Amino acid sequence: MEHLSQEDQERLAQTGLEVGMQNRCGSFFQIDQDVVQTTCGAEGIEMLPIKIALEKYDWMRDYYWNAVPADADKYTKYVAKQETPQGLVVIAHPGVKVAMPLQACLFLREEAVQHVHNIFIAREDSEIHIISGCASSWQKERGAHIGVTEIYVGKGARVTSTMIHNWGEGISVFPRSATIVEEEGTFLSNYVCMQPVNRVVMYPTARLVGKNAVARFSSIVVATPGSFLDLGSRTILAAEQTSTELISRAITTGGTVISRGHILGEKENTRGHIECKGLILKDGTIHAIPEIEGTLTGTELSHEAAVGKIARHEIEYLMARGLSEDEATATIIRGFLDVKISGLPEVLQRQIDDAIDKAESGF
Amino acid sequence: MLDISDLHVSVDGTEVLHDINLHIGQGETHVLMGPNGSGKSTLLKAIMGFGSYTITSGSIIFKGEDITHMPIHERAHLGMGMMFQHPPAISGLKLGKLLTATSHMDEGVIEALAQSVNMEQFLARDINVGFSGGEMKRSEVLQLKVQQPDYLMLDEPESGVDLENMNLMGKEIAALLEKDIHIINRRRSGLIITHTGYILDYLEADQGHVMISGRIRCHGNAREILRVVKEKGYGECLRCKPR
Repeated sequence: MEHLSQEDQERLAQTGLEVGMQNRCGSFFQIDQDVVQTTCGAEGIEMLPIKIALEKYDWMRDYYWNAVPADADKYTKYVAKQETPQGLVVIAHPGVKVAMPLQACLFLREEAVQHVHNIFIAREDSEIHIISGCASSWQKERGAHIGVTEIYVGKGARVTSTMIHNWGEGISVFPRSATIVEEEGTFLSNYVCMQPVNRVVMYPTARLVGKNAVARFSSIVVATPGSFLDLGSRTILAAEQTSTELISRAITTGGTVISRGHILGEKENTRGHIECKGLILKDGTIHAIPEIEGTLTGTELSHEAAVGKIARHEIEYLMARGLSEDEATATIIRGFLDVKISGLPEVLQRQIDDAIDKAESGF
Repeated sequence: MLDISDLHVSVDGTEVLHDINLHIGQGETHVLMGPNGSGKSTLLKAIMGFGSYTITSGSIIFKGEDITHMPIHERAHLGMGMMFQHPPAISGLKLGKLLTATSHMDEGVIEALAQSVNMEQFLARDINVGFSGGEMKRSEVLQLKVQQPDYLMLDEPESGVDLENMNLMGKEIAALLEKDIHIINRRRSGLIITHTGYILDYLEADQGHVMISGRIRCHGNAREILRVVKEKGYGECLRCKPR
């Protein structure tokens, strides 16, 4: 990693990547289509390039193109037809709990299209935290990233997946991810995109198939002029006593955010809530489309959505305490983006906070 | 401290305050009374410089400086402070964070100040989100204790406060206005809007004013005005000659 230019190292650092590996228990680094590094110091955790994982374990085939169907759309088909799959497999063996995050870094430098297929498997009662930083070289003007991620949260297991994007204005990104959560399992997904990008289109789905499973999606995004972010998250409450929360904070300074959410409650004693808040700082579009769908009496689903500008009386309140108009505005925006995710290790929360703080000066 | 002359204020193109003249000297506390909707809060917000209140003529001189068209935060820096009757709830903004951002005080100092108004549990809470009436007022007092303004405006400090909290609030406000310092040496001034006059149980006011329909009608001893209003209502004040 050290041989990258200073500019590129900085871009990666903004996605939460620790080049020096402080506070990380493992690291995976892919530049374009080449896996340049896979290291893992934690016992009971395996990090392997997908190609090697498929050769090593026959049973990997059960997880390969299972949560995400290979023929889901043209992007998954594109990834599926590649001769050599590239990407990362993480396996947490039963009962292994690692609070320190693993980092996966996907860097787009020269190729037109980067394709990635990741599989994260958390076996019974294990716990892993994965931070994926995705960035493109500062010199890269155009390109696309297609990333398929399949996540399997076993019985009583806990997985958090935090993705911080730092692409360039000409980059289009199509993550395709899906998660299956078993009994008593917990899945937390966090997405942060504060930097300009051409296009991000994604709609990750969590399918809760075991009793008491929980999924929580949070996203914090800023659409700068020229950015088009079509983001959503979906949870299918497919077992009794499952619950979910989909939280999003979107800001536009001239770009477009489509903020989708869908919860399907199809079993007894299930609960779900969508919270979608948008702030229009400069003329741009925020289109919130929260959908809640229940198919029986025992499901309780709700949503709240709000789109607007910063209230003038809030700015004036802070000004009366001595903050200038710009300081007051930035303070309110920072508060708006402050989504504290319960159950997230502090080091990850700090990473998210840092990514937001770095962007804050731009408002 | 504060000199308001011939002030006219409009909201959305309609004049709501007419020909206001008010002089508050250093170390003086004044009380502003008047029926609901008479323009008392409007006057406080216009003095603070809020955008919805357009000053069409007249002037506000504060500490010898013309602040008629000065931005709000510069007035705050000059030493003007305000306790809001209905402060906004701002989600994501922690009370403690706001206090450090506005004061550059040590966290320990802020914590001690918070303790003095039973607010230490609230420093990590989003400001005014889910606060009760009393908690909101204590949060306002805490912010002012951090800000330490020389001239303090209080918009109905009693409203929504129970008796126990009122005792704490009354004492804290008296301290903010340096009521514990001899009148000769007192430097801080205040303007308090009150309906009930309960605040006068905790501090002496030097003068009272009654506002009716956007005009200050009467000036005089605050307790005397309160007594007359309690007995005869504000109708009596209409007979006062505006000055």
